[in-house]
Amino acid sequence: MEKKELKVNAIKDGTVIDHIPAKDLFKVIRILGLDRIETPVTFGTNLDSKKFGKKGIIKVADRFFKDNDINKIALIAPMANLNIIRNYEVEEKRPVELPATIKGICKCMNPKCITNSEPMTTKFDVISGDAVSHNVSLKCFYCGKVTDHDHIEII
Amino acid sequence: MENKSLISITDFTTDEILRILELAEGFEKTPEPHILDGKVVATLFFEPSTRTRLSFESAVNRMGGRVIGFSDPNISSVSKGETLKDTIRIVSNYCDLIVMRHPLEGSSRYASEVATVPVVNAGDGANQHPTQTLLDMYSIKKTQGRLDNIDIFMVGDLKYGRTVHSLLQAMSPFSPTFHFVSHPKLRLPDEYKTFLDSKGVKYYEHEQFSDLIPEADIIYMTRVQRERFSDLMEYEKTKDVYVLRNSMLEKAKPTMKILHPLPRINEINQDVDQSPKAYYFEQARNGVFARQAVITYLLGLKR
Ligand SMILES: [Zn+2]
Repeated sequence: MEKKELKVNAIKDGTVIDHIPAKDLFKVIRILGLDRIETPVTFGTNLDSKKFGKKGIIKVADRFFKDNDINKIALIAPMANLNIIRNYEVEEKRPVELPATIKGICKCMNPKCITNSEPMTTKFDVISGDAVSHNVSLKCFYCGKVTDHDHIEII
Repeated sequence: MENKSLISITDFTTDEILRILELAEGFEKTPEPHILDGKVVATLFFEPSTRTRLSFESAVNRMGGRVIGFSDPNISSVSKGETLKDTIRIVSNYCDLIVMRHPLEGSSRYASEVATVPVVNAGDGANQHPTQTLLDMYSIKKTQGRLDNIDIFMVGDLKYGRTVHSLLQAMSPFSPTFHFVSHPKLRLPDEYKTFLDSKGVKYYEHEQFSDLIPEADIIYMTRVQRERFSDLMEYEKTKDVYVLRNSMLEKAKPTMKILHPLPRINEINQDVDQSPKAYYFEQARNGVFARQAVITYLLGLKR
């Protein structure tokens, strides 16, 4: 099934990100800055998925992401898969990896945290979730408070 | 040498904590009125805390240093909307070390990243206040003659009390036994119990403590704030359970001492003040020695 789907609107070279929970698709687009790039981007959402009911998929032509950048999406889509496409072939397929720390991207949920009143970059230790929910939480480097998965807000 | 700051008690290793306590003892025995000659320390109090500020300023003055700073952000550039970063970068040029207190959590850590001089955290909101922990430990060591195997009762607000959380972390390498005495609503958070379990530290939880006092080496009292209770009736009912009175001390060990980070409201009855077991005023005095130790250590004047 999956193979077939990839072939629809196939891209010659680039990156396909699959298995994104449908509700988080636009967050992923923002984290990767795909709302601001020039190369063709196609995405699909509310596609049927055995894993989460509804999933989203993003295909970015002529773009290969650095691990550092792409792994950021593990925060909200820990089950996402990367497909690196070269000349219409899947050259590499791998899951995203959760980074140990993360800079920027998210807000600290503590309203009394300095990061919410100074023009500064946030910094977090990433705490991985349990095997069932995969829900990631973030421990603020500055105030020490934990922002749980449901409160992760993309800047 | 790297620019070392003290933001959280965990910034110091256990060896460094022991060294600070030694240095504090040194300053108590032998004042060094010229060790800070020519040095300027800035005390930046973005929220007022007169006692803490005076303690730091006394520490600097006793060593011959000079103090600049502000105790009220309303009369400083802060009220004009300057960022913390700009304030800290500028003040870094004027002094050799910054002592700061700020209502926002994490502010001191951020300041230490942008400052070009050491920063000492004198309280960042509900987060950290490491020199309080050092003076608490100095008081324990001084009164008990040791840090190892101390039976410590912590009483009052164990949920929100940051001094309690820092002290239990810093004491954990010294095989203490903790007794946590609080209303069920103000119990020690699970993350600290998990921490103590991981270190193999013994602890017990109680809802009242008058019968247990004979076991204590240290009773660490904290303030229970009325705002912590949504139900004022409950507050009124419980507040007396966590009040220490002189009559409760009859069977206490002769060496037992009562500590309190101050200010107290009514959790230590005035009749305790005459007891030789009341130690909270001397404890405040120890704060000056502990702060002298921290300042000279961070400036590299003591190693
Ligand atoms: Zn924070």
